[in-house]
Amino acid sequence: MRRLAICLLLTLCCLALGCTRPPDGDTTGGGATGGTTTGGTTGGTTGGQTSKGDPNAKDEYAEKAVDGDNLKIGVYLSITGASATFGEGSRAGMEIAVDEVNKKGGVLGKKLKLIVEDDEGKPDKAAAAGQKLITQDNVLVVLGEVISSNSLAVAPICQKNEVPMISPSSTNVKVTQVGDMIFRVCFLDDFQGQVMARYAADNLKAKTAALMIEKSSDYSVGLADSFQKTFEAKGGKIVATESFTNADTDFSSVLTKIKGSNPDVIFLPSYYNSVGLIAKQAREQGITVPFLGGDGWESPKLIELGGKALDGCAFSTHFNVNETEGKVADFVKAYKAKTGNLPDGLSALGYDDVLLMADAINRAGKLNRFAIRDAIASTKDFQGVTGTITINAQRNPDKPATIMQIKDGKLEFVTQMAPE
Amino acid sequence: MEVVLQVLLNGLILGSVYALIALGYTMVYGVLRLINFAHGDVLMLGAFAGYFVGNAVAEVMPFPLLVTLIASMAICAAIGVLIERLAYKPVRSAPSLTSLITAMGVSLFLEYTTALVLGPTPRGFPQDKLLPDSTLIHAAGFPDVHSRDLVVMATALVLLGVLYYIVAHTRMGKAMRAVSFDKDASRLMGINVDRVISFTFAVGAALAAGGGVLYALKYGRVEPYMGIYPGLKAFIAAVLGGIGSIPGAMLGGLLIGFTEAGASYFFSTYRDAVVFSVLVLVLLVRPAGILGRGMVEKV
Repeated sequence: MRRLAICLLLTLCCLALGCTRPPDGDTTGGGATGGTTTGGTTGGTTGGQTSKGDPNAKDEYAEKAVDGDNLKIGVYLSITGASATFGEGSRAGMEIAVDEVNKKGGVLGKKLKLIVEDDEGKPDKAAAAGQKLITQDNVLVVLGEVISSNSLAVAPICQKNEVPMISPSSTNVKVTQVGDMIFRVCFLDDFQGQVMARYAADNLKAKTAALMIEKSSDYSVGLADSFQKTFEAKGGKIVATESFTNADTDFSSVLTKIKGSNPDVIFLPSYYNSVGLIAKQAREQGITVPFLGGDGWESPKLIELGGKALDGCAFSTHFNVNETEGKVADFVKAYKAKTGNLPDGLSALGYDDVLLMADAINRAGKLNRFAIRDAIASTKDFQGVTGTITINAQRNPDKPATIMQIKDGKLEFVTQMAPE
Repeated sequence: MEVVLQVLLNGLILGSVYALIALGYTMVYGVLRLINFAHGDVLMLGAFAGYFVGNAVAEVMPFPLLVTLIASMAICAAIGVLIERLAYKPVRSAPSLTSLITAMGVSLFLEYTTALVLGPTPRGFPQDKLLPDSTLIHAAGFPDVHSRDLVVMATALVLLGVLYYIVAHTRMGKAMRAVSFDKDASRLMGINVDRVISFTFAVGAALAAGGGVLYALKYGRVEPYMGIYPGLKAFIAAVLGGIGSIPGAMLGGLLIGFTEAGASYFFSTYRDAVVFSVLVLVLLVRPAGILGRGMVEKV
């Protein structure tokens, strides 16, 4: 029995480590040639590593990204697993954009071709996928992920191999801090947290809030942090802070504690899979106050898993699916024709991700990773379906957030909030 | 005071489901000295069976929950027997490590086959269809409780009672106890050991399926990897109570339920750490578990 106990303990340790292992960025065998890698870091706000490749020199790696008539673009997403709808939605959005670009003649006379790798929503698999895209497939640009922990696993690999990466929807601030090759087209966690705190304090007139944080997720911790700061700055009070992991299914006692603290709202920056479970269990304990969250809620599965428990809850996201005119309406129509479903914010970002990249490659005008990087960095007033995007010095876009509320199982547009 | 009651209630509901699952581990261990790591995955299959049967029978038949429960348990009993015949029987006389590894293989096989066939995306369990009128019950001086949770707990307790009756008061139960004492001597006494083992697996799998349906009913979600954590916790419950002992599994299940509910109330981040520490502490004091028999290891 003693032996059994020891075995058991070891197994559990492995499990625990498996869940929280930091992203493994230090992989070996970089296949990229051309451009010298330097390990030097710069201070200041841009942060991270800088690459010293020459935008004007010949870039052998980039030229190898051409495959006949095609230009290879790498994509890693969670196509399967607990966050599968993120990957599916983003991928569909990207494919629509690729079709559009190719119909209009492609980039630099070549057709875009996406090479999609599935990371099952796990950081270790994401790192392997990123490594494969660069060393084996020799892609020109890497696009992905939704989940910040996964982007953080791949960003160092892209930086080390000096391949530009544009994340469609990873909102954790650290992602683009990795280095000067890493960009994104979505807003940041602190902005989302800030927006939801403003919504709670100004629109809902909440005086107290409880936080429920998914401790194992960088995304969740980041949002909760900035929510707390803004909410407290507005005179609100955080009355309870509880945490959980994505493996939990029973939240009854955590919710008992939150119920005892009697908050006006509960901020739950988590992914749809847990949100549904938590909201249901909260209603079963008689908690009636609304839950608020970020774009991790955005999923066609949210309502299926949460049902009536989510009525009155709200979250911040990237675009308003109910828009009836212009670019957004066209995208919604194309998406519906392709998949039969309505797009979510993540598919919209996937779409913008590809279009912004195509625009940058065309502006760079040549197959050179560093010229492309500079072109992405100088993107200004790019008109996407998720708003007007200008890439700032931190390689993040400045853009507004949209707040949607759930009513009778449907999403309703509430308001749009720009950075303050 | 109300908070204490609420936490105890949370623990009791959770613990009764754990107890149900823990029984399957303990019964199989009792007769075969095999830790059936695929048990949690049979739970998952039971929940999926419940998902499909539930969606089919709801609004068509009376007592949809009862029909779903029985159908799912029957399906998984058959699967349990099949697993035993195909995977465990061929290695029964091999060293125990072989069957342990086989069990892990079966576990992975079930998880990934399900993910392949049905897809890894979680699906919503038809809670409201199976229990249409469930509602929050308010009672003065008593914590709010959802009627669905009471149904889950009551069903688990009834199943525990049925199992206890089978083992303690039927011929098959007697045979099971005999086999768990001494397989060879039982065979000499004219007991069909293969049949008893098959029966044990059938009952164990049926209990897992019952646990799976209740688990899905409570949390409203089914997915291919849902069996891992409840399976692990129930295994710990079985070890804590003394693996091989049926009252021990029940006690261990409830104890783990209470510990987890209490731990997540006081320090939500470390809930699992607290649960596992309790296990380690108990095993240090009583290596055979709370109600386990001490065994002399033959060298």
